[in-house]
Amino acid sequence: MSSRCNLRFLIPGLALLLGGVPSVLAVWPQPQQIRNSAERYSLSARAFLFKHADVSAVRSGCDVLDQAFTRYFTLIFPESGGGGTGGAHNRYFWTEADPFTVEVNVAEGPCDGYPAEGSIENYKLTVSPGQAVLTSVTVWGALRGLESLSQLVEQDDYGAYYINKTEIEDFPRFQFRGLLLDTSRHYLPLQAILKTLDAMAYSKLNVFHWHIVDDPSFPYQSRKYPDLSKKGAYHPFTHIYTQTDVRRVIEHARLRGIRVLAEFDSPGHTQSWGNGQPSLLTPCYRGDVPSGTYGPVNPILDSTYVFMANLLKEVTSVFPDSYIHLGGDEVDFSCWKSNPDIKAFMKKMGFGSDFTKLESFYMQNIVNISTMLNRSSVVWQDVFDYHEIIPKDTVLEIWKGLPEEYQKELSRITKAGHRVLLSAPWYINHISYGQDWRNSYTVQPQNFSGTEEQKKLVIGGEVCMWGEYVDATNLSPRLWPRACAAAERLWSDEVQTSSVDQAFPRLTDFRCRLLRRGIQAEPLYVGHCKNEYQGI
Amino acid sequence: MAAMGALLKFGALLLAAVAACVAWEDGDVWDYDGHKLKDSDFLALWPLPQKVQSSAVSFQLSASRFQFTHAEGSSAGSDCSILQNAFRRYFDYIFGFTKKDRDQRRRNAAGSEVLELQVAITSPDAECDGFPSLTSDESYELSVDQPSAVLKAPKVWGALRGLETFSQLVYEDAYDVIAMTNVLNFSVFPDFPRFAHRGVLLDSSRHYLPLKVILANLEAMAMNKYNVFHWHISDDQSFPYVSRMFPDLSQKGSYHPYTHVYTPADVKMVIEFARMRGIRVIAEFDTPGHTQSWGFGQKDLLTPCYTGSSPSGTYGPVNPILNTTYDFMAGFFKEISTVFPDAYVHLGGDEVDFSCWKSNPDIQKFMDQQGFGKDYSKLESFYIQRLLDIVSSTDKGYMVWQEVFDNGVKLKMDTLIHVWKGNEAQYQAEMARVTGAGYRTLLSTPWYLNRISYGQDWRDAYKADPCNFTGTDAQKKLVIGGEACLWGEYVDASNLTPRLWPRASAVAERLWSDQGVRDISDAYVRLVQHRCRMVERGIPAEPLFTGYCRHEYSGV
Repeated sequence: MSSRCNLRFLIPGLALLLGGVPSVLAVWPQPQQIRNSAERYSLSARAFLFKHADVSAVRSGCDVLDQAFTRYFTLIFPESGGGGTGGAHNRYFWTEADPFTVEVNVAEGPCDGYPAEGSIENYKLTVSPGQAVLTSVTVWGALRGLESLSQLVEQDDYGAYYINKTEIEDFPRFQFRGLLLDTSRHYLPLQAILKTLDAMAYSKLNVFHWHIVDDPSFPYQSRKYPDLSKKGAYHPFTHIYTQTDVRRVIEHARLRGIRVLAEFDSPGHTQSWGNGQPSLLTPCYRGDVPSGTYGPVNPILDSTYVFMANLLKEVTSVFPDSYIHLGGDEVDFSCWKSNPDIKAFMKKMGFGSDFTKLESFYMQNIVNISTMLNRSSVVWQDVFDYHEIIPKDTVLEIWKGLPEEYQKELSRITKAGHRVLLSAPWYINHISYGQDWRNSYTVQPQNFSGTEEQKKLVIGGEVCMWGEYVDATNLSPRLWPRACAAAERLWSDEVQTSSVDQAFPRLTDFRCRLLRRGIQAEPLYVGHCKNEYQGI
Repeated sequence: MAAMGALLKFGALLLAAVAACVAWEDGDVWDYDGHKLKDSDFLALWPLPQKVQSSAVSFQLSASRFQFTHAEGSSAGSDCSILQNAFRRYFDYIFGFTKKDRDQRRRNAAGSEVLELQVAITSPDAECDGFPSLTSDESYELSVDQPSAVLKAPKVWGALRGLETFSQLVYEDAYDVIAMTNVLNFSVFPDFPRFAHRGVLLDSSRHYLPLKVILANLEAMAMNKYNVFHWHISDDQSFPYVSRMFPDLSQKGSYHPYTHVYTPADVKMVIEFARMRGIRVIAEFDTPGHTQSWGFGQKDLLTPCYTGSSPSGTYGPVNPILNTTYDFMAGFFKEISTVFPDAYVHLGGDEVDFSCWKSNPDIQKFMDQQGFGKDYSKLESFYIQRLLDIVSSTDKGYMVWQEVFDNGVKLKMDTLIHVWKGNEAQYQAEMARVTGAGYRTLLSTPWYLNRISYGQDWRDAYKADPCNFTGTDAQKKLVIGGEACLWGEYVDASNLTPRLWPRASAVAERLWSDQGVRDISDAYVRLVQHRCRMVERGIPAEPLFTGYCRHEYSGV
């Protein structure tokens, strides 16, 4: 111990601190190409600088990067409290670290846009004596690079920060790497959502799928239809998302390069809508009389489509993403079957007694509305399973079945030429005893029978955290680090990351890093983190 | 069951009475199953008292006027720190969301007001300065009337349980958000626990648990009338207990010698914090297995394992053939007996792996000398026997895991046998065997809450009953209770509390309430509210199912 201490004293700059490479030199998710060397450079909060390269298309004033610099400074030097005064350690040991500059070179603007389908997230990072150079095409790529950079910084036993000589060339395997939160089964306070977005950025997930409404509650406060949340939320004042809240989520996400994909699931999963929008839902019948209960959205009334068009118009004005999720899953036909007006309509339309045709009819109309609003629709696989004709640019999300079933579905949907998202193996609201992250990790999204063209139609996947048993009390530890397994599967090269046992120590390490950053991530197995979670 | 009927009936009456003051027409609160929630639904007693009577009368409470007082003639007064601290704690729980007294507007609307809760300790020795024990009297009686409510208990331990019940009778009026009146209804009941030992096990070895987490869980335990914290403090993975006599144990055996240890001051704090809540702290120092971490700081304590004829460099269980082992244990447990005031210490004795002993030639020789043949459980018994003698000499009773009994070790009749293995039929047979042999026992098998699954697994925990086995009444009386266990392989500060609560609440009711309290749908309705109450009190207890709490957890 003492000899190393002397060594530090003798070579104040620590340009080259000999000593063991830490057991895990890890970036999570694993970059496509990374070369580390044992050569390491000391970092000090007092001599650490982010700057825009002279040739960069982006200069200061770019809020995405300016704010990222502030954020990552604090993440890299947590003890500095953002004040730039260095760790406590520096007060006791006289060290004069060489200045270290992170030069960021972004080829294309703008900065004030939103991350979108097709945003290029590639980056290159070179860490050499005294500087790191980060180049990317877009600011979104720069964000991914800053994240990797922050994960390269380690602390030695004395609390001093250092970074190893490193070269990274990185890009995501899939462009769509999502995480679903369900704010209807349980209301999630804004803080819980924002925290989740932070952790998503740490894991390079880039789509927040906001399953904002469902049967149990309607927390979205609509400008046009305020009664929806007033009468359909758990509580009209405390358990809602105001327009300000939604904007805050979108902006928080944007600054982290995360898209916000809103889902307004219909025609099923809409019980809570009925409280604030009379005659939207189908009245169910017992014999010849209405039973007083309601079923899915009533697909035979013009008023339904007027309402949906207005609502979706508002939604598309609030949520800037080019995708909108329209749901379309798990429609229970029993109420439609009971209703005489629906039966008459079925007859008129020549649907016979095939209620999937009625569902198709409804979804067709809704997808058309979204197309008119210039949005690509994302729908659950049910919509594909029941209908033949859906617009080509509709994205299907697979959520059902065991591997062999979802693999068949992947084949079928891509064969029909649709883009597809995989979620079936990543329903991580399902918990079990032990290390179930391993199952998430070994998923192979492109392992199904199909042509290369078909494989390319798999645009990514989503981790889903449905809310039946989850609220603010247990969301974070249930999500993290379990969601990180899918995050690596969706970002990294599959061959390089095929070993779950090799992933284990890296993920263990990353989980401790999440804890240190204030994310309440649960342990993978026995062991400890230097900084344990300090809440309860 | 009759008691619940009364409660429900009362609920309907209150609803009728309140309907007149509904000012906010869309303000009905409904749960996901379509039940419109009534005021009475917020009155969810957990665990259910032995007997509940309630009337349609409800009272108001005001933060600015309400007081806890020591009744005239009580054997406890303002020098009783347990009660003084409890008064502050329960005042906070009751008025937590209404610190600003905003009930003026509603003052006369809902009837009369309770101005004080008089607490009377009725036996000559209140035990204010004592520690709770296996035989502590936790009974109490509570009567609520205006202007004074009265809580009577023979000892402070019963008063603590009664204060918890009293605080659970208070609820916020669901319909008038502005007034936020606290209303209290009239009840009288003598209440007492079904079992004397109602424990929660936390494991601070597989993962270190910061002090704050342990204290928060003691708070939650008190909210559920638990009375034993079983501290599985050391195990293979780490030895966080800082021993005064053997400081190397934690210096070398903990995850980190400064940040991942429990100092004597920490341990004292846990014990005192628990005492204030009527909770015993039973430390477990599990041997001879589960001791890998001990070996770092105590040379020669563990058995060297052999590959062929040479030591392999790995170690097995405690080495039972050396005198130094017993000298160490005598010194160590002498310290433990002074640090932990409880009359019992848990000695473990589970899951001893014999392969290392088998490999060691010295052990083999010893086996021959003792005439144990190839039966290594005899060697284990030999060790345990000597350890029990050592612990007995410190005037402590002991708890052991069931293997010690299964292996036929001679035990003192006051030994508590802790059943943890097997499926339902197996643990029931074990309970019958243990009690048949005249030993007192407690059950944990159905309550290994570290085992998780998707959905409402609290229901299984709720259904299990420690007295469900074939045996005489005398045998059933030997069942002193049970423990919910949260082993630490997959649990640390990040997820412990939501994983434990409210699942451990299910066990708490099984251990406190009458055997006949088994209606699971009634339990669901009450437990949903009870978990929201815990959330309001700052405990991140996870949801049972879809729904909401009026005050969601805000500690994100």
